[in-house]
Amino acid sequence: MEFFKIRKDIPFMKNAVVFNAISFVTFLAAVFFLFSRGLHLSVEFTGGTLMEVSYSQPADLNAVRNQIAKIGFTDVQVQNFGTARDVMIRMPAVKGQSSAQQSEQVLTALKEADATAQLRRTEFVGPQVGDELAADGLKALAFVVIGIMIYLAMRFEWKFAVAAIIANLHDVVIILGFFAFFQWEFSLPVLAAVLAVLGYSVNESVVIFDRIRENFRRYRKMNTVEIIDNAITSTISRTIITHGCTQLMVLSMLLFGGATLHYFALALTIGICFGIYSSVFVAAAIAMWLGIRREDLIKTPTKVAGDPDDENSGAVV
Amino acid sequence: MNRYPFWKYAIIVIALLIGSIYTLPNFFGEAPAVQVSAGKSSVKVDAAVQERVEQALKAANLTPEVLTLDNGSLKVRFDNTDNQLKAKDAIQHALVPDANDASYVVALNLLARSPAWLTALNASPMYLGLDLRGGVHFMLQVDMPAALTKKAESLAGDIRTGLREKNVRHSGISRNGQTIEVRFRDMATLEAAQRVIQDQFVDLQTTSAADGADFKLSATINPVAARRVQEQAIKQNITTLHNRINELGVAEPVIQQQGTDRIVVQLPGVQDTAKAKDILGRTATLEIRMVDDSAEARSAELGNGPVPFGTERFLERSGQAVIVKKQVILTGENLTDAQPGFDNQTQEAAVHLTLDAKGARIFKDVTRESVGKRMAILLFEKGKGEVVTAPVIRSEIGGGRVQISGRMSTVEANDTALLLRAGSLAAPMEIIEERTIGPSLGAENIAKGFDSVTWGFVAVTAFMCVYYMLFGVFSSVALAVNLLLLVAVLSMLQATLTLPGMAAMALVLGMAIDANVLINERVREELRNGASPQSAIHAGYDRAWATILDSNVTTLIAGLALLAFGSGPVRGFAVVHCLGILTSMFSAVFFSRGLVNVWYGRQKKLQSVSIGTVWRA
Repeated sequence: MEFFKIRKDIPFMKNAVVFNAISFVTFLAAVFFLFSRGLHLSVEFTGGTLMEVSYSQPADLNAVRNQIAKIGFTDVQVQNFGTARDVMIRMPAVKGQSSAQQSEQVLTALKEADATAQLRRTEFVGPQVGDELAADGLKALAFVVIGIMIYLAMRFEWKFAVAAIIANLHDVVIILGFFAFFQWEFSLPVLAAVLAVLGYSVNESVVIFDRIRENFRRYRKMNTVEIIDNAITSTISRTIITHGCTQLMVLSMLLFGGATLHYFALALTIGICFGIYSSVFVAAAIAMWLGIRREDLIKTPTKVAGDPDDENSGAVV
Repeated sequence: MNRYPFWKYAIIVIALLIGSIYTLPNFFGEAPAVQVSAGKSSVKVDAAVQERVEQALKAANLTPEVLTLDNGSLKVRFDNTDNQLKAKDAIQHALVPDANDASYVVALNLLARSPAWLTALNASPMYLGLDLRGGVHFMLQVDMPAALTKKAESLAGDIRTGLREKNVRHSGISRNGQTIEVRFRDMATLEAAQRVIQDQFVDLQTTSAADGADFKLSATINPVAARRVQEQAIKQNITTLHNRINELGVAEPVIQQQGTDRIVVQLPGVQDTAKAKDILGRTATLEIRMVDDSAEARSAELGNGPVPFGTERFLERSGQAVIVKKQVILTGENLTDAQPGFDNQTQEAAVHLTLDAKGARIFKDVTRESVGKRMAILLFEKGKGEVVTAPVIRSEIGGGRVQISGRMSTVEANDTALLLRAGSLAAPMEIIEERTIGPSLGAENIAKGFDSVTWGFVAVTAFMCVYYMLFGVFSSVALAVNLLLLVAVLSMLQATLTLPGMAAMALVLGMAIDANVLINERVREELRNGASPQSAIHAGYDRAWATILDSNVTTLIAGLALLAFGSGPVRGFAVVHCLGILTSMFSAVFFSRGLVNVWYGRQKKLQSVSIGTVWRA
């Protein structure tokens, strides 16, 4: 089987401006939604109490809301979680009352109304922990960005490093934009997914850059644009198949992983889709505009013929 | 050209063998068990205890499947829960005659059902996190400023005594937050005082300043001492928590320090959060009272008469009754420290108490009036009092330093000091994070994680086999080996597996296939360009290697960042993610090449390879 019988190099770079414009607009939209709507942060970040209660029959959310309101808690969110029988209750932290008392009171009230109510999970996070988590998340992001840039700058060249990071950070912002737009819950696993995606889609750019470097060595007569087009075309089948396989795994998580892994898998899905787009259309174009040249990658252009280290000396025809 | 030297095959076989052995325990499941561990620092679970347990079980007509003694805990495994519960009762009855004074913790637990030879190899199943097995997780924040304030308070008292002894006249000592301020009329006295403080109190650093007509000397705890105070405070809180949690009868509690001022407590299997929180948050109180030694009290002590008016009857730890007056002299608040040690003259084991300024003053007055009488130190927990110790007062005790000695072993001194400190927690704690997961949810989470991994794996391997034919089969086998090695490494390291960890496992498998796709695509490309099958395989693997390395390093950087900065669920994800990337490098490149070499490498005149369609332009 072969999905990709591409006879001629696809002129990706000819339309680079259009692709980058699309990506820039998406990026701006994501930033706009991030600021206008903000992220719907989970209890882990905001502090507060979360309870998951399960009933033997489908639960009446309004009744649950009333029962909780009756014992004097305000600003409480009640929603279904996974199935109609499971209810998730989120409460902000109340001053002067420990989470223990809070969840106990709520559960007692719910049990009075329906004895089948069963506590499946509670989670309480103090406000000081939430701030730390946000700070740690940003630190981790900075670490990843700097680490990857240094590595790429060493293995390739700074222009590649900059291009890869710009392309992939824009993926991250777009994922966050989706979460802001749909007001999906942004929890710690989602943060992990976002950072994993960052590492993963840099992968993609690395594969293409690797091929660009190889092409520079191999095809001495091609110009930069042709070389990039050839590199992307010859890696496109691998790109799609790899991402397809990863997406199969993520899809399996989305289908079987239940509510807990739902947003995690969703973040990965968006990340994978935009990861392909940004690596193929954006990263290489930025590298091109930054002015990569053959000389940047092949450090000693005037090599003696027959140098054993020179890739061009033997195997390749 | 496509042959491995012998040692490379050997490495592969060894890796597979070790991988299989350490993965194996995960398939045996768990069996109900009873676990016996020490409830006090003074008792040990040893062969003698094992014998007692064996006898108790024999008496109850129960035969355990396995009985092991390791790391100070005795584990007894049974074939069903019925016998487990019966055994727990029998053992409890034999080892813990008095439930209020439990020397041993007898708890229900689950033990791996793996055969003894695996256990002997130290192969145990993966350690499941709370979200997979159910239980309670708490994070407690220790109030360090309060600990430092308390220390400053006691130092203020010490300074007062120190200055008086050296006849340095001050016009007032006060504590302002964590700073101790001493006022003087003139500069000369201030300097004298400064010398005294520098000589006697190495923990303090001083600054002097003019304050109106007076001179003010400010002393603060220096950073080294402050750090020591904080370390002690957190250690002490951990010890206290240990003692309290023992009471809950949890088989494998985790109590760990996190950062400088936090404690994480995890109680797997505990469902009654309310009780757990109650016990964790409980404050034991300490009271010092006088012992009534009148004739009526004496007879009441022996159980021959009624308890006299205005007194109460408490039991000593040895079971001896003591009649104590109701009037409280001092409470735990006035006690700043209790340390085990030795008497300077007799070299007997002793407990050294330190009282704060107020406590010292009261104590001095009381001891002056009651030389020869007994006083009792009582510890109240759950509203129930117990006499920790009831020493005789030999002489007037001033200065707030008290020594209790006589007829005490070192172990007892340790225990008593611990109890006294428990009665006055070094610093208050607050629960800042709490997670409870029901057991049914835990089981569901395991099933969900397992399903995700399985179906994802099936889908990916099915696709690979169809698209790349035999090479796809090689890739799939390599992916399976990756999973095997990952599970083996996780079992070996006993890293905690959580639901995000299982998600990472699925994700890492999805990413690991990338290496094989790269290789297979490269081989196809070489074939397309007209290379012979053998050289295509060779070139495919060689060329793809650099790319695989680069892409794995970038993914690993992200994984390490998560590991370094992540907490809780993120860390569980990161551990599996990082390990998975490492194992995938081995399986996807080294191992799959081995398979290809075995299959194709020996055929000298290879005409074609089964890698799916290779089209020619």
